[in-house]
Amino acid sequence: MRFQLIGVNHKSAPLEVRERLAIPESRLPDTCRELTAYPGIEEGMVISTCNRVEVVTHTTNGHADLRGFLHDHFHLKPEELDAHLYEFREKDVVRHLFRVAASLDSMVVGEAQILGQVKEAYATARAVGAVRGQLDQLFSRAFAVAKRVRSETAVGSSSVSIASVAVELAKKIFGTLQGKNVFIVGAGKMSELAARHLMAHGCASIFVANRTYDRAIGLAQKFNGQAIKFEDLYSTCDKADIVITSTGAPHAIFRREHGEQFLARRKNRPMFFIDIAVPRDVSQGMAKLDGIFAYDIDDLQQAVTSHVADRRKEAERAEAIIAGEVEKFEARISTLDVVPTIVSLQDHLETIRQAEIDRVRGRMGQLTPEQEIAIEALTRGIINKVMHTPITTLKSAAKESEATTVVDVVKRLFNLQVKGKDIPLQESPKKKDEVGTRQ
Amino acid sequence: MSLLWLRFALGCYFIGLIYAFVALSRTSDLFSRIALHAASLGMVFHFVSLTELFLSGQVVWASVHNGESLLAFLSMAFFMVIYTIYQTTSPGVVVFPVVFFLTFVAAVDEQPVLLTQFVSHKGWLIAHIILIFTGYAALVLSFGASLLYLLQERRLKSKKATSLISFLPALEVIDQIGYRSLLLGFPFMTLGLLTGSVVAMTTYGHVDFLDPKILLSLLMWAVYMVMVFTRWNSGWRGRRAAFLATFAFVAALAAWAANYFSAIHRFAAS
Repeated sequence: MRFQLIGVNHKSAPLEVRERLAIPESRLPDTCRELTAYPGIEEGMVISTCNRVEVVTHTTNGHADLRGFLHDHFHLKPEELDAHLYEFREKDVVRHLFRVAASLDSMVVGEAQILGQVKEAYATARAVGAVRGQLDQLFSRAFAVAKRVRSETAVGSSSVSIASVAVELAKKIFGTLQGKNVFIVGAGKMSELAARHLMAHGCASIFVANRTYDRAIGLAQKFNGQAIKFEDLYSTCDKADIVITSTGAPHAIFRREHGEQFLARRKNRPMFFIDIAVPRDVSQGMAKLDGIFAYDIDDLQQAVTSHVADRRKEAERAEAIIAGEVEKFEARISTLDVVPTIVSLQDHLETIRQAEIDRVRGRMGQLTPEQEIAIEALTRGIINKVMHTPITTLKSAAKESEATTVVDVVKRLFNLQVKGKDIPLQESPKKKDEVGTRQ
Repeated sequence: MSLLWLRFALGCYFIGLIYAFVALSRTSDLFSRIALHAASLGMVFHFVSLTELFLSGQVVWASVHNGESLLAFLSMAFFMVIYTIYQTTSPGVVVFPVVFFLTFVAAVDEQPVLLTQFVSHKGWLIAHIILIFTGYAALVLSFGASLLYLLQERRLKSKKATSLISFLPALEVIDQIGYRSLLLGFPFMTLGLLTGSVVAMTTYGHVDFLDPKILLSLLMWAVYMVMVFTRWNSGWRGRRAAFLATFAFVAALAAWAANYFSAIHRFAAS
């Protein structure tokens, strides 16, 4: 395991620095090629999003000059960049990537975008052959871990903005938003944002009413909706399932009697009022009606706050999952490190065995099938006994830090030419099985 | 043998019962999956039990315990249909305890209580029982849905609905489940009562409308009709619909209990 990672993110570097490091999507393939051509780097890829730029590599000896690569690539002086960089090696790279993919390192913890971005970066690097061995394993695992975190914790399941909380509530009431109508009362930035969110989730049409009719027309056009004169508000409002209201009226404009009218005309189908006006537009009396669900700005804000706290709690559970996964991955990769040596040791001894049998076969004369079998069993038995200790030692050493030393000793002792150091590691489990059967 | 299968089914439904209690306080995807599988397995046992009964060829269909068993099975079947359509196990909160109770009562007693009256038209009787029980099962479900509707409505009103833990489906989904069960159950209930009258007519030559069983059944049917009508005409839901559903449910229970008082719909130990 010789992973190395270097990068900047929203915590370590201001936007001005991140801007200079950002790599446009079209340039990513070339950057990956350039990276793998850099001395000491076997595999490499670059993750570039608005919040982070990271270079992840698998190196020949664990000491590639990634800072040098960044300086060269971006033509930056060390003093401009180095203070903002963080660097990880080996196990820490694994942990960091698992956290990034699971969106624990994001600005908004639990946001879903980052996983898609990392997957894209991975696909690009893989397409140009910059990711093929251990790095491939690492990212495949990172995606699986991210999925696990998502399904076993609720880290990404709650909304953390007013607009998305509104959408979530609407879904709690209506199930699907397909075909639902939205009414914006009082054109404002915030109601526009909420409406945009609702439309993105499938709401069918939009009505806009505003004291100034022209502004209503303007906003309605943006959404391909219908402007309604303010005096027609009460006669049309029941057509909407969701009402976003934010007028500057000093008193509530929706009172109990209005609510009763709406419900009667709607045959009691529920209505959802998102009241972001201060003072409130929906009276307490109306909010109490069965079938009217009114949320004011404080209710929404409170939901957001509690979601943020929930996410923090869930993130702790996610961290525990990741810690376990890092251990598992490390154990797996290090076993894979010794597999080529074990295989070549087995091949080596098998060749000797075959050669020896062939050499003495002439002297033994005609053998009965039973004798053949006995000789096979005898020679195999000796080989297996001899191999047993080195293989167990190799396997247990794989879990320790001394793996490389032990591998070197075994290679020297038996004069092994380990082939397939770069064999794609997906094939390795098969080889591992072979190891098992031959023992 | 049939009773043995039924007891296996009861064991499976017990897991559902536990789920019903746990689900009220917290959600667990894993547990609702377990409950669902247990319920499906229970239904298989239950089906085997009912099939054996049917193949035994006696009129034990008309016994109290077998009636309860059939009703429990039909309620589960409705629950499964709803699960298939809406992917929600939450109606189980109401359905599972009812099913468990019915199966429990049906499974404890070795000696089923039988209809003592000689019934000349067995086919009509079986049709009556199956239709009426399908109606009952739909009623159980729509009653369950109306309770869940109230619960979800309260949660939304109290502004707590957005917390992470929320096992209930959307308000309108619950509403649809309730309304659809209601609509589906009504014709069954109506036809069930009609076939019942046919059985009574052919057996006694008249229908005694003052018999408590018939009186309560008609009352239940009337409430049922009022529910369907108010819902269809003015979209009654929430609290008012829940009151009506509770009323209909209680009337149904009373009609069921009336088996023990009724002169014509009487059961006695076999």
